[in-house]
Amino acid sequence: MPVSAIPEVGNFALILAFCLALVLAVVPMIGAARDNVLWMNLARPLTAGVFVMVSIALVVLGYSFVTDDFSVAYVANHSNSQLPLQYKITAVWGGHEGSFLFWTWMLTGWMVAVGVFSRALPNEFVARVLAVMGFITASYALFMLATSNPFDRLLPLPPGDGGDLNSALQDFAFIIHPPALYMGYVGFAVVFAFAIAALLSGRLDAAWARWCRPWANFAWAILTLGIALGSWWAYYELGWGGWWAWDPVENPPLITWLLGTALIHSLAATEKRGVFKSWTVLLAILAFAASQLGTFITRSGLLTSVHAFASDPTRGVYILGFMVVIVGGALLLYALRSPMMRSEFGFGSLSREVFLLANNIILVVASAAILLGTLYPMVYQAMSGGNVISVGPPYFNTIFLPLMAILVLFLGIGPVARWKRTSMAYLRQQLTKVAIAAVSLGVIIPVILTLGLPIGAIITTVLAFWVLFSMIRDIRGKIANKSSTLAGLKSLTVSYWGMQIAHFGFIVLMSGAVLTSIYSQERSVLLQPAQSAELGEYTFVFQGVEGLRGPNYNAQRATINVVKDGEAWMDLYPEKRLYLASNSPATEMAIDGRFLRDLFITLGEERSQGAWSMTIHIKPFVRWIWLGAIFIALGGIVAITDKRYRRFRLKQAAMDQADNTRRQPPAGEATGAA
Amino acid sequence: MMKPHRKKRLSIILFISAGLAIAIGLSLYALSNNIDLFFTPTQVANGEVEPGRRIRVGGMVKEESIQRTDESLDVRFIATDYNHDVTVQYSGILPDLFREGQGVVAEGSMSPEGHFVASRVLARHDENYMSNEVKSALDAAERDREAMMQQEASN
Repeated sequence: MPVSAIPEVGNFALILAFCLALVLAVVPMIGAARDNVLWMNLARPLTAGVFVMVSIALVVLGYSFVTDDFSVAYVANHSNSQLPLQYKITAVWGGHEGSFLFWTWMLTGWMVAVGVFSRALPNEFVARVLAVMGFITASYALFMLATSNPFDRLLPLPPGDGGDLNSALQDFAFIIHPPALYMGYVGFAVVFAFAIAALLSGRLDAAWARWCRPWANFAWAILTLGIALGSWWAYYELGWGGWWAWDPVENPPLITWLLGTALIHSLAATEKRGVFKSWTVLLAILAFAASQLGTFITRSGLLTSVHAFASDPTRGVYILGFMVVIVGGALLLYALRSPMMRSEFGFGSLSREVFLLANNIILVVASAAILLGTLYPMVYQAMSGGNVISVGPPYFNTIFLPLMAILVLFLGIGPVARWKRTSMAYLRQQLTKVAIAAVSLGVIIPVILTLGLPIGAIITTVLAFWVLFSMIRDIRGKIANKSSTLAGLKSLTVSYWGMQIAHFGFIVLMSGAVLTSIYSQERSVLLQPAQSAELGEYTFVFQGVEGLRGPNYNAQRATINVVKDGEAWMDLYPEKRLYLASNSPATEMAIDGRFLRDLFITLGEERSQGAWSMTIHIKPFVRWIWLGAIFIALGGIVAITDKRYRRFRLKQAAMDQADNTRRQPPAGEATGAA
Repeated sequence: MMKPHRKKRLSIILFISAGLAIAIGLSLYALSNNIDLFFTPTQVANGEVEPGRRIRVGGMVKEESIQRTDESLDVRFIATDYNHDVTVQYSGILPDLFREGQGVVAEGSMSPEGHFVASRVLARHDENYMSNEVKSALDAAERDREAMMQQEASN
């Protein structure tokens, strides 16, 4: 087969992307500092150029996968001629080099979005934001070119066929999980760039918070979905029946998410009341740092994890260096500029601001505790001269669960409390009935259902009802004076609905997570054909195993009849697959997912005489975890559609125009420069 | 007399510091109770492990050491660093990529009889990847062997 030159086009595009990104990082930044409109105006075209170049590189890599160009080392390592087409395409992000290219592409996509949707923002501000993001892109591109080029070739002797995509990745969720996760993750680079631009320009006011909020909300909503998809995928693909393992690579996205959650709440206070300014900026920097930490952990091979890519110390050193430069630089800038970030302190000791502060403290403490548990094995190994330890889920649960319980307790009060000052009498009047109802129903329902005194379930249901009833009370209070309920509901703002939807999602997620942890049942059994096992109210009858042939694997599929109350309920078909190219086995779970519970069967291995080992799980409420996450993300997205972000843009645009005409070009630079 | 807003700021800072101190204290306490130490087969053979304590043991699954029973889910295999062996007992389903001659990490505790009773068995997740723990165990064992060889040579 003649060797294709197409991959070199990708390589070249990547080099060009690096050069353009470097220019983008420097020229508009200097332009903004020197008030040079021409230089500032280069930001948008350069951004478009970087985006086009990285897109070309990505498309070329995809093309190499689809055409089975095994002269490209990355393709040879992560694909195979027998791999189904959809997985050939998604194999682009199936390994270290390609996923980094994909990640960089996501970043340039965000940059283009910033360029397009920021027409109403001051020119100087946009130039700075894009320059900061250009700097990040340039670092990523350099990282790829220097240590992990996806276009490295295996020449002059390319292999005849590829080594195949990891079988756990040959799955639908893998098509959508990494894009969503990366998009959310990278989105925090936008907020970071906004924060840096604000620090540089000295403009840190309610308007800044208003520009920031839609981006922060959107990145956060997508990250929510990305993490939830990862959890769902782990649940049905990895086969141990869990949905969260406190794995060192799951933790950084969660830390980013928790800091992001703190950020969007703090931004709300900054926009509405002009408080917590410096804190908000710090959170924006920290959330981005957490996302970089995730990159560092997955790609340096320092930690043992499901997600770790093949380890390579030079990569780790590079990423660590980048983190030190960008996060360290940002913190230095922050320290230098902190005198300018004076917040007003005009709020009482009982006010919505105080509850938002409590929210922020809890979330940051939770993040710090998770960070400690994630990095501790690394630190311990270094300090003790090579002793290896691991920090297990009990640590994380001990810290995280009580913190979340306190958070939810405040979640019932915060939205009801008023800005600036709330009287205790007002809160009591609003929430006494809510508290009584939540406690009585929250205790009675679990006691009746379980005929016992399940403490964990009682705490969870009380907290869930507490938030739910407080939410209903608040909505009813807000629409009480309207002519009709419908008119009242319509009069509430979209932001308000977004908040309530997300809060509702949070309690659904919390209920699902706690209840499934308490009430899941599992049983491992060895069954001969026609033998059965019982678990909960179900009987599972094993009917034997048959061979199947898939596109790139051979499978053995078991048939299991599920019997409930003496009647056939349904059949489940767990599989054991052997992927041919890599000769790696994989388990396909059989899952019957329902609103209130999942049945979940994992096939083990064959012992003598057709007997198979298998694990049966019953997992009540497990779907609520992902359902809750969908509500949370939906809330975030609904809030972005609030009219005030658009109205502001129009107003600002009109102001800019008036400003420009008044001042006469060429002095038509942006408004609001400090 | 402090100005009111100074006073408020001070009280908020104190409030945050107190919260952080409590959280750090609790974290460290939880951490000290929930660390699983990792031991190599050599360390186990040297009797460095007290029975009953939850630990992790790792090494390579010794060739032809896997014994299964036909009546139950019990499995026995040997984890080795090629200097010393540990017999691991486990009841349940082994991970997909558990194989002879491959790295494995088991979580559990030593029985008084000197077997390792595993509550969880972890195997690697893809072809190119070996867990840090197994790698460190094998490296340590190799250093021991080299040291022994040098000693023999000098004798």
